[in-house]
Amino acid sequence: MDTLLLRVGGWLAIVFFAFIAMVLAADTGFAVHMAIIAMAAGITLWVTINKADYAAIGRGILKAPADPGIYDDDPIRWGVIATIFWGIAGMAVGLIIALQLAFPVLNLNNEFTTFGRLRPLHTSAVIFAFGGNALIATSYYVVQRTCRARLAFPGLARFVFWGYQLFIVLAATGYLMGVTQSKEYAEPEWYVDLWLTIVWLCYAAVFIGTVVRRSEPHIYVANWFYLSFILTIAMLHVVNGLSMPVSLLGSKSYAAFAGVQDALTQWWYGHNAVGFFLTAGFLAMMYYFVPKQAERPVYSYRLSIIHFWSLIFLYIWAGPHHLHYTALPDWAQTLGMVFSVVLWMPSWGGMINGLMTLNGAWDKIRTDPIIRMMVLALAFYGMSTFEGPMMSIKAVNSLSHYTDWTVGHVHSGALGWNGMITFACLYYLVPRLWGKERLYSLRMVNWHFWLSTLGIVLYAASMWVAGIMQGLMWREYGDDGYLVYAFSEVVSAMLPMYLIRAAGGLLYLAGALVLVYNVWMTIAGKQREEKPMTETPHNEDLDKPIVGKPAIAPAE
Amino acid sequence: MVDNKRIDEPTGTSTVGHEWDGIEELDTPMPRWWLWTLYATIVWALVYVILYPAWPMVNSATEGVLGWSSRGDYEKAVAARETELEPIRQALVNTDIHDLPNNSALLNEAIQGGRSAFKVHCVQCHGAGAAGSKGYPNLNDDEWLWGGDMEAIEYTLVHGIRNPDHAETRFSQMPAFGRDGILQPDEIQDLVSYVRVLSNREKSSASATRGAALFEINCAVCHGSDAKGDRTQGAPNLTDAINLYGLDRASLTDTMTNSRNGVMPRWGHRLDAATIRMLTAYVHSLGGGEAAPKLQEGSTEQAATQAEGETPVDEQS
Repeated sequence: MDTLLLRVGGWLAIVFFAFIAMVLAADTGFAVHMAIIAMAAGITLWVTINKADYAAIGRGILKAPADPGIYDDDPIRWGVIATIFWGIAGMAVGLIIALQLAFPVLNLNNEFTTFGRLRPLHTSAVIFAFGGNALIATSYYVVQRTCRARLAFPGLARFVFWGYQLFIVLAATGYLMGVTQSKEYAEPEWYVDLWLTIVWLCYAAVFIGTVVRRSEPHIYVANWFYLSFILTIAMLHVVNGLSMPVSLLGSKSYAAFAGVQDALTQWWYGHNAVGFFLTAGFLAMMYYFVPKQAERPVYSYRLSIIHFWSLIFLYIWAGPHHLHYTALPDWAQTLGMVFSVVLWMPSWGGMINGLMTLNGAWDKIRTDPIIRMMVLALAFYGMSTFEGPMMSIKAVNSLSHYTDWTVGHVHSGALGWNGMITFACLYYLVPRLWGKERLYSLRMVNWHFWLSTLGIVLYAASMWVAGIMQGLMWREYGDDGYLVYAFSEVVSAMLPMYLIRAAGGLLYLAGALVLVYNVWMTIAGKQREEKPMTETPHNEDLDKPIVGKPAIAPAE
Repeated sequence: MVDNKRIDEPTGTSTVGHEWDGIEELDTPMPRWWLWTLYATIVWALVYVILYPAWPMVNSATEGVLGWSSRGDYEKAVAARETELEPIRQALVNTDIHDLPNNSALLNEAIQGGRSAFKVHCVQCHGAGAAGSKGYPNLNDDEWLWGGDMEAIEYTLVHGIRNPDHAETRFSQMPAFGRDGILQPDEIQDLVSYVRVLSNREKSSASATRGAALFEINCAVCHGSDAKGDRTQGAPNLTDAINLYGLDRASLTDTMTNSRNGVMPRWGHRLDAATIRMLTAYVHSLGGGEAAPKLQEGSTEQAATQAEGETPVDEQS
């Protein structure tokens, strides 16, 4: 009873303080955010009271622990739903802003719907809401299975899920209201940053706690990657977010760094958000789900060790390549470029290990659409991790920088690698998490595959053409030695490319909607009547934690 | 763990002996091509950081064996271009503007430079093709508010139009006939009819006849009795089909009711004399450039009173 009282009191206090902060707020954005926090705490309060197990409390014991003989999959199921929900939202906003570039009238002459505010909404929604939920959900899934242990701190694991959703809502509403600290991929203001820090440390505690209680002597490679992702993101987020609020009751803050130091910190963060969030984290997903789906051993243990350590050592230094030919001193630009080029092979180590794991199961590319998605993802991973080091070379960068080539590069990675590997994992997870025999339809997975592939090809190809065209037009000199094009002429030359890009985005979104339907019908327990394709069997009996004996001490 | 090692059937490779949730790992050696490419990039990196500025020291950084720096590189490129341009700039500034059309080589250099400068400074209002839009004059036609010979164009460029802080700026101010109650709305409609008749937009009417009388009293003082305008005070010619703000009834009503008073920045304090002269030559070359007036008075305003029927100097069109 004491615990219940303490909890209810705590949530009530948060509602109360958030309400006070809302009333005293220095600006509207902060007031709206405090209202959202008060509501969130209010809902939690209501749930706490309603779900309290009074009988158990009455018996003087805590609520009976859940069945220790099965994995703790509730937060994973929520995470799968959240991943899909935010994915559709983020991709839809992406399509809107792609169309805004082609048809500026779609800015709707209204501050809330301008490109400038919707663009961070798109990037954060797809990277942090879609990608982040996918990472948290799959990490909960993978760490339990590969450690043969239930999640440590189940309450905290649930708090991480809901706390992360609150972070997303605060960030997204902030962008629309113009609350931003103007740092790319780190736009949320100081109080939202603080909240994310708390959530993230809890996430680290759950993950590390589970690894510590493992029943396996060794830590599986996927968990190394998850761990490096969790720890590095914590460090990056805290350092890049260092700032001084103008008022404790207002949304505005000023960064701790200024000028080129601030730019370097920002791109140290920004590049490693790509490196540790979108590369290391998703490689972790790859390292579990590809061998599981292919039912094959991982290609090379040695390669996984060398490429893991070289990848995480090199990535952290590569950020300055975002600041070539700027006020950043030459020596830092040189090092950023050099580390990026050396990073090429360590990145490809993951691709080799993923693709070559199919040794002995290559036929599955023909027969298993989920494997096909994974292979496409790894192919795009390989392409963009070659393109990245290439673009970091100063001579190439002088052409590609500030053009849509960069946008094409990011999207071949994001749509091709992160998107496709996530979709493949979702298709793997859904029947297993909801205890269904199989997906509603594997044929629809195939449709999704082709819609996405076509979408990515249109997107990446149009942006490559657009970017190189842009770069060449900007630097084109006539025989007389003068620049040939006005900036506006370059802008108007982009229109056809923008239209093709939007068409590509539309196809990709359409593919994701096919996924929504397929997942929906699977969870509803339906099975489409169709010609069967290769299924990867699921052994329910083996999908259990090892209980009844004390956890084995970490490997000697 | 050694006990759990087994030979994987399809690949013939031994496993490492670990197993997690059914996942095993093969003991495949790292691909040689992968390893050697990694070594090659490392060697390349070591060479590169010796050649170029790379290692931060206490107060500065190593400068690299090649002595290259991005600032130095940039300065070299700019200096080379400056050296190339300097004689042209000097010649442009030292040549009398009236003599420029006679020196076709120099004129051509000026036009090329002007085209480039136009794309940086002027396209925002006048458009990439200099065709203008409502409120922003088309520079391709031969209609000029303040004169279209080289000297007049240069004066407009240097001093701008209606710059509040600048005494020599081009300045004209048409009264806001409607807003200030000088004319009644129906009188303005009569004037609109008359102006549209002048420019052949509509047929003569009773309204236009009434407008003609009003025009004589209110407008002729600037636009002239013949409505051909007066370049000494920037009053536009109303007898042609060109109008900065449009010749439809709504636009004309707005113009007469509220007046317009558009502003052009002055560039004399932002751009150097040679660039201004380049812009002058370029704008003059676009199609409407006029010859210098025969009577030289030294004053642009008077020079601009030249009548219609000028001969374009343009060699490009």
